[in-house]
Amino acid sequence: MDLILTPHVKTPNGFTLDFYLKQGGYEALRKALAMTPEAVVDLVKASGLRGRGGAGFPTGMKWQFVDKKSPKPKYICCNADESEPGTFKDHVLMERNPHLVFEGCLIGCHAIGAKVAYIYIRGEFYHVQEVLEAELAKARAAGLIGKNIFGTGFDCEIFVHRGAGAYEAGEETALIESLEGKRAQPRLKPPFPAVAGLYGCPTAVNNVETLCNVPPIITHGPEWFAALGPEKNGGPKLYCLSGHVKNPGVYEAPMHVTMRELIYDARYGGGIRGGHALKAVIPGGSSVPILLPDQLDIPASFDGVASAGSMLGSAGIIVMDETTCMVWAAENLLYFYKHESCGKCTPCREGGAWLHNLLGRIERGEGQMKDIDLLESVANNILGKTLCAFGDAAATPVLTTVKLFREEYEAHVREGRCTLPAEWRGASRAMAAH
Amino acid sequence: MSFHPLMDYGRAHHKSSRAMADEGPAFAYTPEHLATLEDICSRYPPEQRKSAILAALYLAQRQQGYVTRNAMKAVAEAIRCTTAEVEDVVSFYTMFYQRPVGRHVLQVCRTLSCALNGAERVTDELQKVLGIAPGETTADGQFSLFEVECLGACDRAPVVGVNDHWHECQRPEDAKALVEGLRTKGAAVLTGCHLHKETV
Ligand code: FES
Repeated sequence: MDLILTPHVKTPNGFTLDFYLKQGGYEALRKALAMTPEAVVDLVKASGLRGRGGAGFPTGMKWQFVDKKSPKPKYICCNADESEPGTFKDHVLMERNPHLVFEGCLIGCHAIGAKVAYIYIRGEFYHVQEVLEAELAKARAAGLIGKNIFGTGFDCEIFVHRGAGAYEAGEETALIESLEGKRAQPRLKPPFPAVAGLYGCPTAVNNVETLCNVPPIITHGPEWFAALGPEKNGGPKLYCLSGHVKNPGVYEAPMHVTMRELIYDARYGGGIRGGHALKAVIPGGSSVPILLPDQLDIPASFDGVASAGSMLGSAGIIVMDETTCMVWAAENLLYFYKHESCGKCTPCREGGAWLHNLLGRIERGEGQMKDIDLLESVANNILGKTLCAFGDAAATPVLTTVKLFREEYEAHVREGRCTLPAEWRGASRAMAAH
Repeated sequence: MSFHPLMDYGRAHHKSSRAMADEGPAFAYTPEHLATLEDICSRYPPEQRKSAILAALYLAQRQQGYVTRNAMKAVAEAIRCTTAEVEDVVSFYTMFYQRPVGRHVLQVCRTLSCALNGAERVTDELQKVLGIAPGETTADGQFSLFEVECLGACDRAPVVGVNDHWHECQRPEDAKALVEGLRTKGAAVLTGCHLHKETV
């Protein structure tokens, strides 16, 4: 398949406005502006495009829910907070194809009747922000952003808004709170952003990759888009491979591609490094259930991964080989969740720290058998009891590793040490484990 | 009563607990920074100046190196909100420093993909070379060391952020060269983002 989102990632100056225009850039916008907003929404609905941020919610529906009759302004918030561990695809799109992001934002604004889109970018993407700002200025100077675009009377602005280090800001209502100048903490839903989002106005929050799929849908039509992948999983998808694979990186493929192909095929991950055997795969960012090596012959689609009991999530595929201690891996992730919990809901704020303490105890060889049950009990008391999905995300690494690798936990307790201290781990920490 | 019968409530330190920053020296924005801030404020509806609070804090930090309570007062004045609101935000986001940091702030990503590729050893080596633990600053004020969470560059693990730049695929054995390089040549020794370098 020809690459649709990332064909010119490696082309010198492939990110510039000139280059983008030579490839027919902004023609989808011209076409969309000749259509009514409703027709654009219908087209996106017909394509079956599902959100690429993690939840896989149909984008056309999200746009349709935006309260058009409201007298208030409408907003598009482009979610460029990309903070899910193992995920680095939006980074590539923004840095190497920024005008596709802008074109997607502009078409989105036309579709929901917005005059402003904010791109909320995580604070650590400073160099990416510089690229975005420079290219935005060029697009503005060329009349592609601003007043009366293409002489159609359509006014639209795009602004980049820099975050400041908060995983939680990737949750759509927390992103809105952060954009309003507050702590990035989620809101109680409903009301959903489509009714009362940014500044209490109807808002659509869309992931970068999601918006990048919109211009090709306008150009080539919804049937073309849907036919690119399996049923209900149409379009191109970006996959992020990291961990113990030979060729880590971002790869574009239709969702027919299987998990095994992504990890082993020479076009993608190229197999496991150093001749080791594969042990476990986290297929969708840090917060989804683990897949075992015999579960990989599934399409890497939303529905395919779900059928194997996990989630495609953000398509951040973290690969772990046989040298990886699963108690250590869970502890590593729970440190993340403890650190990044926004603190609003008690189960997540307190529970994340408890889980991390328990895991640390077991990993250091100071745990007891009953701690393993306690882990499960605490995790199950977080699950489903928080405002946003963060609580579930924090509980999952614990539940999935205890379920699949319980004997490893027990060995830690029995032997009073980490039973798999890999050489790539820190000396001091490995020593502490003995 | 805790929500789990076997666990104690409220024992863990969480970032939502507020700690007051030092008063610090007197602070006033430079005219250039004030102008930049006004420009940023104009991106939001006039009654929503608070949206520019992170930007205002970044400017204060750029000017002073860290964010003091006096700086927070200046931010509140510029944004037209209360100091408590500013403090609320500063204490939540990890990228604002409330005490002085070194000229080079090394931020080793410690999250899973980087850890699988030896990030713990990178931190260990940097600790040895610098003689400080994570969270500390060298006595000469040149280096601070932090462990941070996933930077969104996991294919180039382990990644070290150095101020606003990235340094990719850092190996433990390169710690000394990195520190020496920063000391003598500054940010020029950093790899930067590979996407940027490969293709511009
Ligand atoms: S885990 Fe280190 S950059 Fe993602």
